[in-house]
Amino acid sequence: MEIRPILSALMRSKVSMILIGVQVALTLAIVCNALFIIGQRLDHMNRPSGMNEADTFYIGSSGFGQGFDAQATIREDLALLRQMPGVASATSTNTVPMSQGGWNTGLSLQPHQKSSTADSAIYIVDDKGLDTFGVKLIAGRDFKPEEVTDIKFGDSLRPSVIIVTQAVAEKMFPDGDALGKSVYLNEDPPTSTIVGIVERTQQPWMESSSIENSTFVPAYMPYGNSSRYLIRAQPGRRDEVMKAVEQKLAESNTSRIIGKVRSIEETRKEAYAGDRAMAIILGAVIFALLAITALGIVGMASFWVAQRTRQIGTRRALGASRTDILRYFQTENFIITTFGLIVGGVLAYAFSLWMMQAYESPRLPWYYVPIGFLCLWALGQLAVLGPAMRASRVPPAVATRSV
Amino acid sequence: MFTYYLQLGLRSLRRNPILTALMVIGIALGIAASMTTLTVMHLMGSDPIPWKSDKLHYVQLDSWSADDSFYSNGRPPDQVTYRDAQALMEAGKADKQAAMFKLSLPIQPENKDLKPFRSLGRVTYTDFFGMFEPPFKYGGPWSRDQDRSHERVIVLGKVMNEKLFGGQDSVGRTVRMDDIDYTIVGVLDDWKLRMRYYDLTNGPFEDPDEFFMPFTTAIDLKQRSTGNNSCWKSPGDGWDAYLDSDCVWIQMWVQLDSPARLAEYKSFLDSYVGEQKKLGRFPRPLNNRLLDVNAWMADQEVVSRDVQVQTGLAFAFLIVCLVNTVGLLLAKFTRKSGEIGLRRALGASRREVFSQFLIESGVVGLSGGILGLALTGLGLLAVRALYSQYKTVAHLDWTMTGVTIALAVVSAVLAGLYPTWRACRVQPAAQLKI
Repeated sequence: MEIRPILSALMRSKVSMILIGVQVALTLAIVCNALFIIGQRLDHMNRPSGMNEADTFYIGSSGFGQGFDAQATIREDLALLRQMPGVASATSTNTVPMSQGGWNTGLSLQPHQKSSTADSAIYIVDDKGLDTFGVKLIAGRDFKPEEVTDIKFGDSLRPSVIIVTQAVAEKMFPDGDALGKSVYLNEDPPTSTIVGIVERTQQPWMESSSIENSTFVPAYMPYGNSSRYLIRAQPGRRDEVMKAVEQKLAESNTSRIIGKVRSIEETRKEAYAGDRAMAIILGAVIFALLAITALGIVGMASFWVAQRTRQIGTRRALGASRTDILRYFQTENFIITTFGLIVGGVLAYAFSLWMMQAYESPRLPWYYVPIGFLCLWALGQLAVLGPAMRASRVPPAVATRSV
Repeated sequence: MFTYYLQLGLRSLRRNPILTALMVIGIALGIAASMTTLTVMHLMGSDPIPWKSDKLHYVQLDSWSADDSFYSNGRPPDQVTYRDAQALMEAGKADKQAAMFKLSLPIQPENKDLKPFRSLGRVTYTDFFGMFEPPFKYGGPWSRDQDRSHERVIVLGKVMNEKLFGGQDSVGRTVRMDDIDYTIVGVLDDWKLRMRYYDLTNGPFEDPDEFFMPFTTAIDLKQRSTGNNSCWKSPGDGWDAYLDSDCVWIQMWVQLDSPARLAEYKSFLDSYVGEQKKLGRFPRPLNNRLLDVNAWMADQEVVSRDVQVQTGLAFAFLIVCLVNTVGLLLAKFTRKSGEIGLRRALGASRREVFSQFLIESGVVGLSGGILGLALTGLGLLAVRALYSQYKTVAHLDWTMTGVTIALAVVSAVLAGLYPTWRACRVQPAAQLKI
């Protein structure tokens, strides 16, 4: 292939070559890192909560006045909810996964242990808790109705039994014999016995480093005069049941405020709004960047074709075929892009290194850059195709005409 | 001459509409991306109270466990315990001081047409109003005496006053919250806070506080904070045990009017912690901090990492757009070598050629800037749609509008400089040969 004449021609328009090269280099570096960030965000968003998200929703109640009996209200509300048509299961709970607010505590193996063995989110539910959450019990048993105690707001939790996630069980008892063991929720006894292990339940905080460390405690514990209920509707009936529940609870007791009813799906959407926004914004930047770079190549190549019309004509007159002309511009683009990509590859890793230092983000996996190479080579070839085709159609007669 | 060059430039731009559009859109996109992200970053991170941000200090005391630090990097907790807040308020060593926490209460409106609703407000001391300077529409803050006597008084936010009293002067009337009547002493006017910088722990971008009530009154009524609460050991049972515990749930601000006062207050805090150590509290090494507003905002990373990364990438994108424009202008001006040669041969100086082409690239820049400004508006609209909590910081103000235009013109002229310089170095003789 005629690389040498192409190179010497390029050497005569170094600046233009450098400009395209710089564009390609920056594009590669940005696209690789942005794609990597998008991938991380998508992974983050796709983590399972462990619960039934499609059919569940929750609603809060807050009573007012010193005479308000929050404990009795919880029982009345649950009785009301459970007999409503379309409700598959209902429980009181202090919080739900992905809601960003909740209660976190350290679990220990010894009294007055210096640092706790595992951090865990606390879900305070009743004997229908696991069923309503829709989490999978993989060992042991569910809570019994008689194990659900009344705890006064402001008192410590001292449950005799708890159910933990597999993540907590493995952290506390790496030998896999967590079932039946006792752990400390407070510094002092009494201890709580693990009677069940569920496969997975996420904590309410999306950025938690131990997202699957959760513990279920059987109790009715209002927060002041407030309580919260999680309801699982029969499949497909969630939206209709949501409306009915909101209305029914508001009617049942007028000395309180019924909060907005919210589905878990909505909560998930809100919890990951930041990740979603980041992915969309970076996606838009990538798209715009590729478009600008491609258009830049088209513009530059068109200009070169126009500038070299006579030379092309001369070459054609001297016997070069159309394919030869096409090849010439394609090869030229390939060479420029390759130079840009080599610089861009280095830049991509430099960006990634900077992100690692400034934001503790993970290292860019090696394969992003080679894949980026392939994509940008293809982009360059596509962009240059139009102008190159135009060049190949220059008639040999042009050589004989003056300007 | 300027208008003539402008005409020439416009004519030349009209001659290659596609190329011109490509350059203008390129600059516009680059400007829009960088200005959208920069505006969000600027409004998030900019000083919320520039005339006194160096006087307001956030108090941090390391009352945490001997075995663990609150933050993994050893910084002290972001809030203080009730005991410490109480002691610091009683000592009153700062020029102004306010302990505070977030509280949600049910409101029972007098007007029976309104259903009871929950409201989020702030529990604090009267100095809060002197320190953070919210504007009053009616009445004013409660008094120090009222702080001392735990009076059931309240200051309403503008929105709440509109909801309950149709925006009328409600000073002297009462509002019923959780079965208790509070007398209204003041009503705020529109408080243009971009963020609630005085409570970075509990969501700086949440809706503004709807009411303010005395700290002492809320403690009397055993109202627990609705905000963040962290404990390193169980507080024990009941309200008194909670108040006495090492749980942190209160934000503490002080105003110190001079560097000397700041130094005094620092040593006061150190000696306070020293005394507490004798009582067996504060097991960790001395680690008090008094950060001013901007330092505290930086510490709590109010400008999120995502926003910083987005801004960085947007500027890299702008560079690509500029490089693109340089390339296209270069191509364009090179094609005009003949014309330039002719002008030079007819007596135009290099300087004149230079200014003619610089004006042409300036026009590209200005058009790009104007289009970019419009696109920035759209971009900010998109940011508001994507991040519901950023509605107060995703707006163009006059400064940023000016910066946008300036950035556009500067970028385009910079991008045009090299091609223009190349253009005016054209040798007349070389171009005039046929």
